[in-house]
Amino acid sequence: MKSPRLLFFFIIFLTIAAAIINLPSFGILSFTKPLSFKQGLDLAGGTSLTLKADMKDILEIQRGKALEAVKTVIERRTNYFGVSEPIVQTAIGRDDYRVIVELPGVDINQAKNIIGTTAQLSFWESQGAENAKTASPSAYPLGVIEVLGLNAKKTNLSGRDLQDTSVGFDINTGKPQVQLKFTSEGAKKFADITQRNVNKIVAIVLDEQVLEAPRVNQEILTGDAVITGGFTTQSAKQLSRSLNAGALPVPLTYLQQHGVDATLGSASLLKSLFAGGAGVVIIIIFMIVLYGRLGIIASIALILYVLFVLSIFKLSSITSYAITLTLSGIAGFILSIGMAVDANILIFERMKEEKRLGRLWHESLELGFSRAWTSIRDSNVSSLITSVVLYQYGTGAVRGFALTLAIGVLISMFSAIVVTRTLLRLIYR
Amino acid sequence: MSAQDEKKKSMDIIGRKNWFFAISLFVLIPGTIALLVWGLNLSIDFTGGSRLTLSFNNTVINNQVQVVDRVLRETKIKIASIEKSNKLIFVRTSPMDQNQNNKFISDLSKEFRDVKEQEFETIGPVIGQETTLNALKAVGIASILIILYITWSFRQVPKPASSVKFGVCAIIALIHDVLVVVGVFAILGHFLKVEVGSLFVTAILTVIGFSVHDTIVVFDRIRENLKKMGSSNFSKTVNESIIQTIARSLNTSLTVVLVLIALLLFGGESIRWFVIALLIGIISGTYSSIFNASPLLVLWHELSNKTKEIKKQEIL
Repeated sequence: MKSPRLLFFFIIFLTIAAAIINLPSFGILSFTKPLSFKQGLDLAGGTSLTLKADMKDILEIQRGKALEAVKTVIERRTNYFGVSEPIVQTAIGRDDYRVIVELPGVDINQAKNIIGTTAQLSFWESQGAENAKTASPSAYPLGVIEVLGLNAKKTNLSGRDLQDTSVGFDINTGKPQVQLKFTSEGAKKFADITQRNVNKIVAIVLDEQVLEAPRVNQEILTGDAVITGGFTTQSAKQLSRSLNAGALPVPLTYLQQHGVDATLGSASLLKSLFAGGAGVVIIIIFMIVLYGRLGIIASIALILYVLFVLSIFKLSSITSYAITLTLSGIAGFILSIGMAVDANILIFERMKEEKRLGRLWHESLELGFSRAWTSIRDSNVSSLITSVVLYQYGTGAVRGFALTLAIGVLISMFSAIVVTRTLLRLIYR
Repeated sequence: MSAQDEKKKSMDIIGRKNWFFAISLFVLIPGTIALLVWGLNLSIDFTGGSRLTLSFNNTVINNQVQVVDRVLRETKIKIASIEKSNKLIFVRTSPMDQNQNNKFISDLSKEFRDVKEQEFETIGPVIGQETTLNALKAVGIASILIILYITWSFRQVPKPASSVKFGVCAIIALIHDVLVVVGVFAILGHFLKVEVGSLFVTAILTVIGFSVHDTIVVFDRIRENLKKMGSSNFSKTVNESIIQTIARSLNTSLTVVLVLIALLLFGGESIRWFVIALLIGIISGTYSSIFNASPLLVLWHELSNKTKEIKKQEIL
């Protein structure tokens, strides 16, 4: 930070980049994927799916609970896919149990991908012929009899015993595979199963269908396993996410799927954008009246803040952490504009104070920044703590809020401190 | 007494701390009672309700949506959302029974001959218990982490002041601000039928973020002055710190309040109560950081000094 000139060019560069990103369509630069704000259901509509839960295996009194569990799992899965601000609701029709899922900005196929399959994982072994029950072949998952024979038996190990899964690639074939990590209890069960089935086949069954039937070479004690069930990278990722979010307690079938239009007209969006514009103008007047020339510099920093945050919102649409703009999100962003000048006010008040103590202008400039820093640091760190924890534990809209808060805090620290100080140093050298 | 002493006395915030606590209680007590007696007027986001699927022969246009909206309002049914999709309209409302539903459909048939009710479902909340519990858990964890952070960051304050007290007082001020907003909305919910939904949750989270932010500005100055002057005259140091920072506390809040007023005036009806919740929270946050958090520090300091003296006397 010793060279204000270098920083100044860096800021100019960032500003130009942000301006390019924010221009509606920039003819010369053609992105492979056009950048646009990701808008929520209220502003842009999305896809509405109605799913029916198959409750035939669930006791009457437990069906309500099972439906709630379905809702939770779907919410978690949308989170893993970075779809923020979905609406997931349970619905009880005349005599069936349903879940309504509305996802902003995805088409029907993407939506189905996100909701995924039931993802019930089970492990089957063949038991000694002496215990064989004569169950009807239909009671077995598809393919189990072919690999294990009629003596097949479901083990006590299931998807519930998973701690985490990830996607990796086979060292020899380079093909994608899903890596399973069991909980300590799951690892014990897995060790038992592999121990009693050495040189035998254990079938891995996903959603009532054999995915893979490897031969056990030796007992596995580490609690790690891989599934190499002929995946594409895409399908491996999807299975891993679904397993991480937990299996659905009951199978679902799609009843209806519709694209839905925005619930709010463009009028309410224009209204809040106008309010935002008015807010920026009011703050600029306020800062210039209070702090004169310093206020002008702070206003430039504020405009850069708006540009930077909007660019990040736009850029986020191509990552898996897309920030979904809803009406409340926009209101929150406008609010953050009011908070973004906080640091400037703290610094400028401190400079006034130092000047009153008889220091030179130049000295009070540096002291204003260094002495106001501890309060800016501590207050922003506590805001960041709040946003990180909310992001970690929150679901749906709470997560979106946390992400926007964190971006606002970080960018405002940059604009109010680095940008303002660089400009002031250059002007008053 | 000189004029300057007069002025200093008039700025004695710590000396009048009980008055400021009383003002807080004046808002907190009715709010808390309202919250306990009436609770919050929860919207369909929290309670669930009914969902209707209406089908038409042709693609739905905006005018038809408005008619559906009007007919629902006439039957005194609260609307959560109306979505159109090609030839369908999805309506989410407060819980509707079969009679209300029949009446609504027959009223609507007078307006459109081709309307049919495809589905009539009972829907659960958008913000279920899990979401609420997770948010509460997160706020709890964040509060503890903030206390830990402040305790660490203020570790250099000279004895007998203790840094843990700073963290705890900041969180008490935070709880104060949340309770003020929630309490006021419990009262508004009872008398003006103001509902709280998902937007309210966002407003509360924003207030939480802002509250500590504001408190730390004053605390930072107390820390600086304590290092300079030591904590022999704790309450005087705190009072001076408040007076030194009061202008910037008010100015930083004023910029936020100005933006919120712009949103209130121009932002449209759909976010009005959201903005009002934020305004109440920000004003409460500013008040509590000046008049509650730091005076609480002094109160705690004096109380622990007293107990120490009593202990000393007992030993003697």
